[in-house]
Amino acid sequence: MSGNGEQKGKLALYWAASCGGCEIAVLGLAERILDVAAAFDVVFWPCVMDFKVHDIEAMPDGSIDVCLFNGSVRTSEQEYMARLMRKKSEVLVAFGSCAHEGCIPGLANLHDRDEIFRTAYLDSPSTVNPDGIVPQPETEIDGVVLRLPIFYDTVKTLDQTVSVDYYLPGCPPEPERIWDAVVAIKEGDLPAPGSVIGVDTTVCHECPRTRNEKTIKEFKRTWQTIPDPETCLLEQGLLCCGIATRAGCGALCPQVGSPCIGCYGPNDGVEDFGARMMTALASVIDAEDPEEIDRIIRDGIPDPIGSFYRFSLPKSLLRRGRVNVAGSEPAPSGAAHG
Amino acid sequence: MITERFEPKIVAFLCNWCSYRAADLAGTARTSYASNVRIVRVMCSGRVDPAFVLKAFGLGADGVVIAGCHPGECHYLEQNFKTLRRHAMLRHVLRSLGIEKQRIQLVWASAAEGRQLAAAFDRVTEEVRQLGPLRWRANWLEDEAQSAAVERVAEEHAESMEVRP
Repeated sequence: MSGNGEQKGKLALYWAASCGGCEIAVLGLAERILDVAAAFDVVFWPCVMDFKVHDIEAMPDGSIDVCLFNGSVRTSEQEYMARLMRKKSEVLVAFGSCAHEGCIPGLANLHDRDEIFRTAYLDSPSTVNPDGIVPQPETEIDGVVLRLPIFYDTVKTLDQTVSVDYYLPGCPPEPERIWDAVVAIKEGDLPAPGSVIGVDTTVCHECPRTRNEKTIKEFKRTWQTIPDPETCLLEQGLLCCGIATRAGCGALCPQVGSPCIGCYGPNDGVEDFGARMMTALASVIDAEDPEEIDRIIRDGIPDPIGSFYRFSLPKSLLRRGRVNVAGSEPAPSGAAHG
Repeated sequence: MITERFEPKIVAFLCNWCSYRAADLAGTARTSYASNVRIVRVMCSGRVDPAFVLKAFGLGADGVVIAGCHPGECHYLEQNFKTLRRHAMLRHVLRSLGIEKQRIQLVWASAAEGRQLAAAFDRVTEEVRQLGPLRWRANWLEDEAQSAAVERVAEEHAESMEVRP
């Protein structure tokens, strides 16, 4: 990866609705970040260096070789930046779970803008807002119109906004996997466009725990048990998502006794992460009586969206919770909090 | 006021060995049932991946029926018990997204129960009709204000930077 004498590539990194963890993950490359800098000129990285959007706007289309885009899209400004980076980049990579599947910001899809604004600006106990002011797209002050981006009702993934060439999963992606991707991009050793850059096995494959026949009478929350260190966590009744989740993390969580929460997203061939979890868990629940089944599910999985769609609600087949759209019947009260 | 009656779209997954034969029997016996029901034959109700159901709702179904052999009578021994548990799991998840349990119903029908299956189709259709249309995709329709705002960002950037877009 020495850039000496070779034509250096142009690299951009951008963030939209994200927490900043993906940026930290890039820095997790440690001294290898110097190899990245040797191979690529970084032309845009707002988290780390001072560039202006206008500089990117002024570049010819397709002149950036690779853009690593993290974060989901929930405002008009983020959508603009997604379109801009798409136009200027030869290869656009959805970097990390937010861009790939919507991730934690995507859980806001259980609500709509009004509900979110009400909680954030009016109802939260720490908020003092006697005039009940919530963000407006336009505000006129002393004859000058100030504008804010429009806040969407529905969080979108990057590929629901613009076309995406590759996906790098993880919340955040592990530095080793980022490095693999950088090498693959630099050497042109890439899979078919539209693929995930990574392996196609599940977390169970990397997990050293012993697996036996699974039968579950009761799901336990993590605080209810100290798991035995050798046996599969799912067999011990912990809701471990390793069975549906793509490998690549090294099974870090199950190795320390904490069930997989699915941050690496679905493995190849899984269209809907939650559906795969439902299928798998329904197969191992050890009950045939409808009432007992309902009890096991209701008591053991009190927050099914948080358990099955923690990272993937916007990317899932249903994308979001129901909103009261014009002409449809309102959902019965309490339905959103089942 | 005269309003057109809402005709729900119902997708029914029927197993090859019992419930599809029940539907067949209903046909041969000229038992009529709601024409709202669209039948998809699968080998076993246990073949119905929850993703099929989610996709049906996402593509515009107002209700989904999964029908299989009676418990204990599955052609594949115990797969319909998995169906029973998957259905419970689906109902639990869909409820959290605001989809009522009447929209996802599990029905048992043996090959001899054409009339019972037809009656179940009528009942589900009526229950879903009462709930009204689901129109799932309307949940994330984008409006013009949204795209206009995206178009405007370049100008706003230029304005604030005092450069030409």
